[in-house]
Amino acid sequence: MSDFNPMRRKVLQAGVASGAAAAAPFLPAEAEGAKAQAPKSASVPSVNVRLRVNGIEHTLMLDPRTSLLDAVRERLYLTGPKKGCDQGQCGACTMIVDSRRIASCLTLAVMQEGHDITTIEGLGTPKNLHPMQAAFVKHDGYQCGFCTPGQICAAVAMLDEVKAGVPSHVTVDITQPPEMSNAEFRERMSGNICRCGAYSNIQEAIAEVAGVRRA
Amino acid sequence: MKQFTYERATSPAAAAASAARNQGAKFVAGGTNLLDLMKLQIETPSHLIDVNDLGLDKMEPTPEGGLRIGAAVRNTTFAADERVRRDYGVLTRAIVAGASGQIRNMATTAGNLLQRTRCPYFYDTNMPCNKRKPGSGCSAIGGFTRHHAIVGQSDACIATHPSDMAVAMRVLDASVETVRANGSTRIIPIADFHRLPGNTPQFDHNLEAGELITAVTLPKPAGGRHIYRKVRDRASYAFALVSVAAIVRRDGSGRVALGGVAHKPWRTEAADRALPQGAKATAAALVGDARTTEHNAFKVPLVERTLAAVLAEAKG
Repeated sequence: MSDFNPMRRKVLQAGVASGAAAAAPFLPAEAEGAKAQAPKSASVPSVNVRLRVNGIEHTLMLDPRTSLLDAVRERLYLTGPKKGCDQGQCGACTMIVDSRRIASCLTLAVMQEGHDITTIEGLGTPKNLHPMQAAFVKHDGYQCGFCTPGQICAAVAMLDEVKAGVPSHVTVDITQPPEMSNAEFRERMSGNICRCGAYSNIQEAIAEVAGVRRA
Repeated sequence: MKQFTYERATSPAAAAASAARNQGAKFVAGGTNLLDLMKLQIETPSHLIDVNDLGLDKMEPTPEGGLRIGAAVRNTTFAADERVRRDYGVLTRAIVAGASGQIRNMATTAGNLLQRTRCPYFYDTNMPCNKRKPGSGCSAIGGFTRHHAIVGQSDACIATHPSDMAVAMRVLDASVETVRANGSTRIIPIADFHRLPGNTPQFDHNLEAGELITAVTLPKPAGGRHIYRKVRDRASYAFALVSVAAIVRRDGSGRVALGGVAHKPWRTEAADRALPQGAKATAAALVGDARTTEHNAFKVPLVERTLAAVLAEAKG
């Protein structure tokens, strides 16, 4: 983590911007990340969208088609949330909206006005990690790291769901509050795929944060 | 994704009126089975009406002793509600057996009912599909059919409705409340809500154009053991191969519905009557006239075995 350099993104953006100048006519609207204004579309005007992300208000001109994920990644340059499948099946894009984890690829940015959006960047920083981030580092809860921001956001909100008494498919008695258990965590994390197969270590990290002994 | 205009509606009647005014309009709430289809240009609405701010996110008791669930109540909220967990356990069990935590946090009561009845060929825009493009043919017939319907299907479509929640609602005799473009309201029994494919598989349900679901009402709680058992290819986040929703009383009588076998939740009066005689008789009354393929013929014995497991659990 010591060589983390936030400027690296800026350099990449500059590269994209100069490349986009030549290729602009062929880029889909959502890919126009480096431009301050959304591109002009043939018939549907851009819309003004206010987004509150990690406690900061942003006003963006967006094509209505822009998903929350694309707005956050391509316009706000918060590239922690990843575009894995873009179909809600992999969980790499997980964000926490009003304390609930969602698949940010399956909602439109324009639908999220007035909501509190948290990405991995809002959970912790390299110098001040969220306990779940620290536990993932400690237990090596990743290999390539692509699914990790989604896994961590999902895990944080998942533990809150258990605390709030939300039952799951493996809850034995649904009239009672669910237990903090590894069986519950495994079932509740099924919306996050890790193709490196780091599940075992991810479960170790979650169990530690939850204060549960890993069986 | 095709271009569309976007509107945030302010009342159920205004939303329905707007949908009637704008041809090609669609309602959006959770978006979990609309945005994915829009990205593939399988759904191409020209206008989206956001129905998240219509005050339809409440759950309240009815004068009849039942429970009224607003159309925009999220699946997680619905399943976790203390009254649902206590009095309608089959519904909580069914909802948490479906989708993933993220999707259940987004998906709504009405959206769950209105998710498309579908199969993998519906999603594959390179293949003919009568549901996606009426008259183009059915790629599933003669194709790979492990997940497909064994009852109620037609020569035009053999897709299954994937909702778990709807199967539990079917066994509970829920009703769907709607408002139409002219402001009039109606109540549709859940049994009449979804359609069999027939020659028009492009229509999954019996709502009119622009008709908006405002709530689902559950009747007074039905006594008995509430059980939902889902059999699928992986332990979580997968559609049912076969699922059983059942409410079984102490004397063995009760009611039962199936998921994963038809274009809609599958329930027959004969099966309810046969329940005290056991799994074999009940299965015969549900899927005795099944038409299967070599890929999905396993569903017939699987229905009986899943019923047997449910009846054993009801006794335990």
